[in-house]
Amino acid sequence: MAEAKFDGPVLELEDIHKSYATGSEVETEVLHGINLRLQRGEFAALIGPSGSGKSTLLNLIGLLDRPSSGRLLIDGQETGSLDDGALTRLRGRSIGFVFQHHHLIPAFTALENVMMPLLVERGRPDDEMRQRAAKLLDQVGLTAQANHQANQMSGGQQQRVAIARALTMQPSLVLADEPTGNLDTKSADSVFALMREVNVSQQTTFLIVTHDPRLAARCDRIIELVDGTIVSDHVAEVRKQEMPQQHPD
Amino acid sequence: MYPWLPFEWIAATRFLREGRMQSLLIIVGVGVGVSVIVFMSALLSGLQSNLVRRTLSSQAHVVILPPEEVARPQRDSTLGPILQKQAQRLRSIDQWQKLRGRLAEMPEIAAVSPIASGPAFAVRGNANKSVTLIGIEPDNYNRIIALDEKMVAGRLRLNAGETVIGIELAKDLGASVGDKLRINSSNGTTDTLTITGLFDLGNKGVNARNVYVGLRSAQTLLDLVGGVSSIDLGLRDMYAADAIALRIARETGLQADSWIKTNAQFFTALTSQKISSNVIRFFIGLSVAFGIASVLVVSVVQRSKEIGILRAMGATRGQMLRTFLIQGGIVGLLGSVLGSSLAWVFLALWRALALNPDGTPMFMITVEPELFAISAAGATLVGIFSALIPARRAASLDPVVAIRG
Repeated sequence: MAEAKFDGPVLELEDIHKSYATGSEVETEVLHGINLRLQRGEFAALIGPSGSGKSTLLNLIGLLDRPSSGRLLIDGQETGSLDDGALTRLRGRSIGFVFQHHHLIPAFTALENVMMPLLVERGRPDDEMRQRAAKLLDQVGLTAQANHQANQMSGGQQQRVAIARALTMQPSLVLADEPTGNLDTKSADSVFALMREVNVSQQTTFLIVTHDPRLAARCDRIIELVDGTIVSDHVAEVRKQEMPQQHPD
Repeated sequence: MYPWLPFEWIAATRFLREGRMQSLLIIVGVGVGVSVIVFMSALLSGLQSNLVRRTLSSQAHVVILPPEEVARPQRDSTLGPILQKQAQRLRSIDQWQKLRGRLAEMPEIAAVSPIASGPAFAVRGNANKSVTLIGIEPDNYNRIIALDEKMVAGRLRLNAGETVIGIELAKDLGASVGDKLRINSSNGTTDTLTITGLFDLGNKGVNARNVYVGLRSAQTLLDLVGGVSSIDLGLRDMYAADAIALRIARETGLQADSWIKTNAQFFTALTSQKISSNVIRFFIGLSVAFGIASVLVVSVVQRSKEIGILRAMGATRGQMLRTFLIQGGIVGLLGSVLGSSLAWVFLALWRALALNPDGTPMFMITVEPELFAISAAGATLVGIFSALIPARRAASLDPVVAIRG
């Protein structure tokens, strides 16, 4: 995707509310007017206690769900007016997902899993997507495992494949839900380092939901959500300059 | 991953291959169902065509007769004389040559054979047998009843003064090919004929009763000079006999009897056999469909996470729908291939084992390749159809719920 990317904020939330119908009459509001902006290349952590609305917010940002009110823009594009199909396409192109349980598709090899986002978009496999997937696997250090099925890889390896898969479409924004939650410290560190590297080298924006204060502390920005409201949002300016520039694309 | 396959096909085949045991079991299940259907259909159509062939071996599809003679009172009154039904005498069909020409032009009719037929006695020495004298034009008659193929001695030659008779009658009279036979008709005419052949139409009564002569000889003997007592028709589609008979009766005012009407009980048996086999087929198809549907429903539940992930990665509802429809179709198709092979084995066993006491096969089963093609197409359709519910479930799955769940 070589075309010029939108220069403004990658993500823009304006007064986002989200309610769920819990009974026939009663509606429970989970998010109470969220305002949030993520610029290109940001590396942000979203923290907060269980039940604070983190997952709900992540689903809204990932276009898996729609807000009850408020404006949500991805790459400057208003999403409220898009129909289901258009939302699916925008999601496929602009957003990469990394989940706690990595969720590789077990019927496919590592390489095929990485190809998958392009495959569902283009409809048929081709050499270009195969090469791109191979390159991404190389980038996450798993060329040797390209033809392994998910169950033939360790948790850390699977999560690296999942990260490669999230990057296949060269998305503006990668959403990671507890990406290291399931991993031992060593694997967690390498997975985090990998995300950081991608962030720096490709200016990909990351929003990482985590319970792990150690991990959050290593992000550039920490957004804290409590009871459906953002209670704190600070930026650590130092971190960004510390990171080495690698693999410029 | 083959480059020419679209995503849906790749995912469908991978999912089926991954769910190895499940897929195998349901394919075998479909196969058993299809094999029963194919085997039963082949057996039944063999049986039926055999029965029909035997029944029609000495009957025309449609027989046209002169209208019944009805007594008409001269005074129309409810207080009028009691009407007795008139005894029917042997009469000719009016202007039958003209009618014959018209019948021959009808596209549904394959053969037209005028017949002069009536009661007579066959006399030889002291033996005196009541017979049905049938005057035919051999070439036309053969197209309807294939008498020439049923000859067991001599040959079918019906020039003036010649006759062919059934093997039973020949036995009763002690006559054989080349012998003379005297025919006394009921109106007193007599002729002496030479037996040129013996036939076996597969029916004892017919073999003992039918005496075939040339049309002209019969006309003379039966006092029907220039006339025919009936016209036999061979149809292209014998099951259309009823409709065609009705049409001819309406257009000509003559009596037209179809073989279906003449053999009402036999035909009812045939039809009910067909209906019951269709009912069995339908329910086998239904249980196959439920089997496929239930396996795919389970598969959708098992794969709800993967479906959610694929949807999050940009797979559309349509792609998920088609992925599962294709799985249903593949299961149906593979099942039908397995089922057809099983049925083939069953049929071979049947041919080897179902024998008459004398070692000849009970009846011929001819398996048409179409039967396999139809069952494959049918099973594939049933597969796709039964995948509808699970596929729609997969398509409507909410990725948020699917991924979390």
